[in-house]
Amino acid sequence: MSILVGDDSKVIVQGITGKEGGFHAKQCMEYGTNLVGGVTPGKGGQEFEGVPVFDTVAQARLATGCNVSLIFVPPAFAADAVLEAIEAGIELIVTITEGIPVNDMVKVNSALKNSDSRMIGPNCPGIITPGEAKIGIMPGFIHQKGRVGVISKSGTLTYEAVNQLSELNIGQSTCIGIGGDPIIGTGYIDLLKLFEADADTDAVVLIGEIGGQLETDAAKWIRDNMTKPVIGFIAGKTAPPGRRMGHAGAIVSGGDDTADAKLAMMKKCGLFVAETPASIGKTVKHALECTSDKSKFGGPAELSMVY
Amino acid sequence: MKIHEYQAKEILKEYDIQIPVGFVTDKVSDVKKLVKKLPTKLSVIKAQIHAGGRGKGGGVKLAKTLQEAEQHAKDILGMQLVTHQTGPEGQKVRKLLIEQGMDIEHEYYLGVTLDRDSGKITMIGSTEGGMDIEKVSAETPDKIIKVRVDPANGLTASNIRKLIAGMEFTDKDLQKKFSHFCKALYNVYVDKDCSLIEINPLVVTAQKEMFALDCKINIDDSAFYRQKEILKYHDANEEEPLELEAQNYGLNYIKLDGNVGCMVNGAGLAMGTMDIIKAYGGSPANFLDVGGTADATRVANAFKIFQKDKNVKAILINIFGGIVRCDRVAQGVVDAMKTSKLELPLVVRLAGTNAIEAKKLLEESGVSVIAASNLEDAAQKVCDTVK
Repeated sequence: MSILVGDDSKVIVQGITGKEGGFHAKQCMEYGTNLVGGVTPGKGGQEFEGVPVFDTVAQARLATGCNVSLIFVPPAFAADAVLEAIEAGIELIVTITEGIPVNDMVKVNSALKNSDSRMIGPNCPGIITPGEAKIGIMPGFIHQKGRVGVISKSGTLTYEAVNQLSELNIGQSTCIGIGGDPIIGTGYIDLLKLFEADADTDAVVLIGEIGGQLETDAAKWIRDNMTKPVIGFIAGKTAPPGRRMGHAGAIVSGGDDTADAKLAMMKKCGLFVAETPASIGKTVKHALECTSDKSKFGGPAELSMVY
Repeated sequence: MKIHEYQAKEILKEYDIQIPVGFVTDKVSDVKKLVKKLPTKLSVIKAQIHAGGRGKGGGVKLAKTLQEAEQHAKDILGMQLVTHQTGPEGQKVRKLLIEQGMDIEHEYYLGVTLDRDSGKITMIGSTEGGMDIEKVSAETPDKIIKVRVDPANGLTASNIRKLIAGMEFTDKDLQKKFSHFCKALYNVYVDKDCSLIEINPLVVTAQKEMFALDCKINIDDSAFYRQKEILKYHDANEEEPLELEAQNYGLNYIKLDGNVGCMVNGAGLAMGTMDIIKAYGGSPANFLDVGGTADATRVANAFKIFQKDKNVKAILINIFGGIVRCDRVAQGVVDAMKTSKLELPLVVRLAGTNAIEAKKLLEESGVSVIAASNLEDAAQKVCDTVK
């Protein structure tokens, strides 16, 4: 078991004949993802690495029964590609594209809320259930099958964290990059709910950054609802206010969206906090030891350990 | 992207929003002539820089006579204007906006931005204009009226009624003017792909006229491909020269004031690397995301930037190779070292795809590089060199 994706995911790639889309579609196939087709308008009827290419998502859905779409469409057309996937009834949409105008995402966000589709991203590395399905651009080989969930706004910082876990022999159930844009399809809390309910996840790593309220809200939700240990890290302690740090959403614009404010809230809410990006793996190991040995585990108030 | 007040007002004018009569100039000798063209004797001399808080810093002055106006212009033009948003060195004033004076009865606030919680465009109004809106929001949250706009319907009549009620416009004529103001401002926000519009203050005069007395507009960088005409508003003078140079190289770089230059792939890891440099006793000189292709040219360009920053005493390269192969990055570093004549200590940490081959390549190349095995080791080693 895992969350959202696994052996039963039937995946199509929107933008499969493009350079990025094609490269990563092949990488996903090599990892063992059940990739059943692709969509590029005007290229229907062609084949890509043995799978059919369709003109529309609806055609692909009808012919292949796909339930996941991975989107590599360029920014100017990406919002429309998502709307098409929603219209076709795709259950899970994973949008990798970086640089979609915010006003386009406002419309996509509204369409998602009125649908049964869920979107991961945009501007994210995607989602992976190790050993089963890699739906994104992350390097598959650093992952190891196991029982820790990972949720993150970042790409390479997530690889860093996953690598630390695998080196400590701590495998992962599912790892999700939710993206660093101001508007994203799925936030931390939705995924924490799924991990909390997943019998094969023992703990969750939550990696955030400066800007917005998502981490603060997630910490409060964890305090009130989560029985499994959560390990938190926030990037951007040294980021100056008012500057956009690479990700469109990574900007300190109030006083309570700084790394320090978010970390303080995490500690207050009983999360295990990793103080540096190099100590994420060690903090997870410690959290797992604390929770497996109940004598050391004195409830949320004593849970927060700092490295 | 930020644009100047006078540019923002040009956009408002296109949308039939009333702005004070005004002229832009970069010459003190023009000032008297321009003031004479204003409909009022009273004039306002306003420094045009991108930062807020200009008034408190002495960049906005009222003049009753031509001589006074010229004197203010002399004082302001060319000054290093320091505000809470510029940093201690300030920003040089290169242009002035000369505007008519106003007989102000009340100052309001009206803004449009994205509400990240709901993912909707939000219009924010307040009766407490002319002040720092964050402060109003923190101290008297009941004085802030917010309406979230459903993108399917656009700004509705009921949205506007809520703002009118909250901002206590009882005069029918003012209600009508304000309604037009809101609709036009929402259209500007959507049409021009703004990420922020602030009218602070929006004023009502003794003659019951409504004006946008000040205006700040930020544009969503992701929308440049369809906002080509907005790019003419870009002012390179307002940017840090090194950041501009990095931008021309296609590097995502932000200058800070520390002593360790860092080059990282990915924004999150770049921030994490800055943080760990600080945690180990150094201080990051910059944020730099080299992206997915850390080849010799990009590495060499990054070195150029570091060499021009006199504060930089050491460099840390931290690459997590996923799709990007570490041996290619290592080759890029070696090639760049040969052309750049780098004299600063360089710590390199490469992890992920082909990291072992990369390490071997660096060792056998003969270039002077301090290899690090992991993130902690890298931070420790680079900070040791600057102690």
